[in-house]
Amino acid sequence: MTILILADHDGHSLNDATARAVSAARYMGDAIHILVAGENVGPVAQAAAHVSGVDKVLVADDPTLAHLLAEPVAELLIELSKDYTAVIAAATSIGKDILPRVAARRDVMQVSDITRVIAADTFERPIYAGNAIETVKSSDAFKVVTIRSSAFDASPQTTTAAPEENISLPSKAWKAHFVSEELTKSERPELTSARIVISGGRGLGSAQAFQTVLTPLAERLHAAIGASRAAVDAGYAPNDLQVGQTGKIVAPELYLAIGISGAIQHLAGMKDSKVIVAINKDPDAPIFNVADFGLVGDLFTVVPELVNILG
Amino acid sequence: MKKILVPIKMVLDANMRPRVKTDGSGIDLSGMKLSINPFCEIAVEEAVRLKEKGLAEEIIVISIGTAKAQDVLRQAMAMGADRARLIETDQPIEPLTAAKLIRFVAEEEKPDLIILGKQAVDDDCNQTGQMLAALLDWPQATFASALKMEADTLHVTREVDGGHQTLAMPLPAVVTTDLRLNEPRHCSLPNIMKARKKALDITPVSVCGVNIETRLNVLNVKSPEPRKPGRRVADANELVTELRTAGVI
Ligand SMILES: Cc1cc2nc3c(=O)[nH]c(=O)nc-3n(C[C@H](O)[C@H](O)[C@H](O)COP(=O)(O)OP(=O)(O)OC[C@H]3O[C@@H](n4cnc5c(N)ncnc54)[C@H](O)[C@@H]3O)c2cc1C
Ligand SMILES: Nc1ncnc2c1ncn2[C@@H]1O[C@H](COP(=O)(O)O)[C@@H](O)[C@H]1O
Repeated sequence: MTILILADHDGHSLNDATARAVSAARYMGDAIHILVAGENVGPVAQAAAHVSGVDKVLVADDPTLAHLLAEPVAELLIELSKDYTAVIAAATSIGKDILPRVAARRDVMQVSDITRVIAADTFERPIYAGNAIETVKSSDAFKVVTIRSSAFDASPQTTTAAPEENISLPSKAWKAHFVSEELTKSERPELTSARIVISGGRGLGSAQAFQTVLTPLAERLHAAIGASRAAVDAGYAPNDLQVGQTGKIVAPELYLAIGISGAIQHLAGMKDSKVIVAINKDPDAPIFNVADFGLVGDLFTVVPELVNILG
Repeated sequence: MKKILVPIKMVLDANMRPRVKTDGSGIDLSGMKLSINPFCEIAVEEAVRLKEKGLAEEIIVISIGTAKAQDVLRQAMAMGADRARLIETDQPIEPLTAAKLIRFVAEEEKPDLIILGKQAVDDDCNQTGQMLAALLDWPQATFASALKMEADTLHVTREVDGGHQTLAMPLPAVVTTDLRLNEPRHCSLPNIMKARKKALDITPVSVCGVNIETRLNVLNVKSPEPRKPGRRVADANELVTELRTAGVI
């Protein structure tokens, strides 16, 4: 019962979502191997080797793998998968892109975005934007599973490193090619792993206000910044900040929803946060139904006040 | 390119609140409003725009589902799709099966491009497009926010966790749509009337040669744990005090 995990990384560092996937995998099997695919991924492989619970790191270092494109990575996983009972990955944009290809080629039904492992073949996963939780039992002998990171704690670091083994990429002509990427640069902590998240919605009214109102508060609280879809669509914030059913799923210690109405698609991305605060001028906004602390007021006065009080 | 195939799914309308059946067997859809999955609507819109730019000749929409799914196929034709195919079944269809059935149609129709939604907002699986691409051994671009043809090459900008990424690929290819790819048009009455006359071909699932037995057995569907009721605070001072007491700041 050995599980293979696809490591999520940006070429330089291991995404903490991978250590969370390791925690989920520990309920599913008795040994865990991690595949680190990419170009010059030595440091990432080292980091993976130091995640507690990992028994072996498979390193596929190849220029073709530089951007973790679906075709080559899936092919590699399909080839390796014969030696494993399950292939899993965090449900990040990389995991979601690649794993269904593996599932289809192995003729199994993927279990997407699980939030709990009940047995090695039985899982809980949210459906309908988190308005229902289904328990599914897979009848496939081989399993392909993606993990909702916010539902699992990261497996801790260890001092002893798991052994590494180099593997090579099957040679084939890949059809899709990388052209360019535009990554958002931010001083703020990463959204999905931050302890505090401050999200802004359409109530902010402009890209400028989004920055000038939210940033000072985020700095005081060492918080990550998130956004509603309406704020992203209106161009107040970049797409990678969207929280919700179709954006990122977060579950921080503290989530502040500022100028966000609380549509079910937004709640899907944050309602498992430990403490939720809502600041909204509309006392009937649905966001107040999930907020532990609700403050009815104009965000343009309330947020600067908060900044003042926090000093 | 000649043909674009757009698989669309009929789902519970995104504005409706799902009701979990008391016996834990699933979601009660009786009497509820069913609509085209929002991501599929974006897929249809993108195909229509490509055709309007003269980049495609024919758009075929396909849905796998009950006879009722004809409604969403008619809507897609009112938006500008040329004809529709329904693979009819009363059974629940998992993404792997949907991908195999779409492949069956793709082998008949030989499209140059297949555009799907990135996710159906009922099962939230986010798999079918990727599975289809793998089964056809085609390249894929998931979570698309911009599409453009340069000579014979398709350039797709994708929404990824860190920002945006652009890929280039030859046709045939599979694309899945993200929310910001476009804003779907409203259908005008004349177009709705015209859509009634467009061809809608119905194929029973039994002739497709695909085993539709499900692989995931749903043991139970329940409502999520409700949150403890919260309370209103009077002002910023009280909020900060509460958050400090709760130990979160
Ligand atoms: C398929 C699909 C997927 C979706 N996915 C997502 C998703 O992933 N994430 C997401 O967020 N949404 C998603 N949505 C959109 C969602 O349905 C809502 O439209 C969206 O969340 C609304 O964003 P909002 O709350 O910022 O804007 P609005 O609903 O317009 O709310 C703005 C709020 O700001 C308040 N406000 C205004 N001015 C002030 C002020 N000065 N002070 C205080 N409060 C003020 C208003 O009272 C209002 O409550 C999706 C929708 C669909 C159909
Ligand atoms: N029954 C179906 N009929 C037609 N298209 C479907 C069906 N199921 C899934 N799809 C397509 O696959 C996409 C992703 O669905 P899913 O993988 O279930 O989240 C949808 O947006 C549709 O484009």
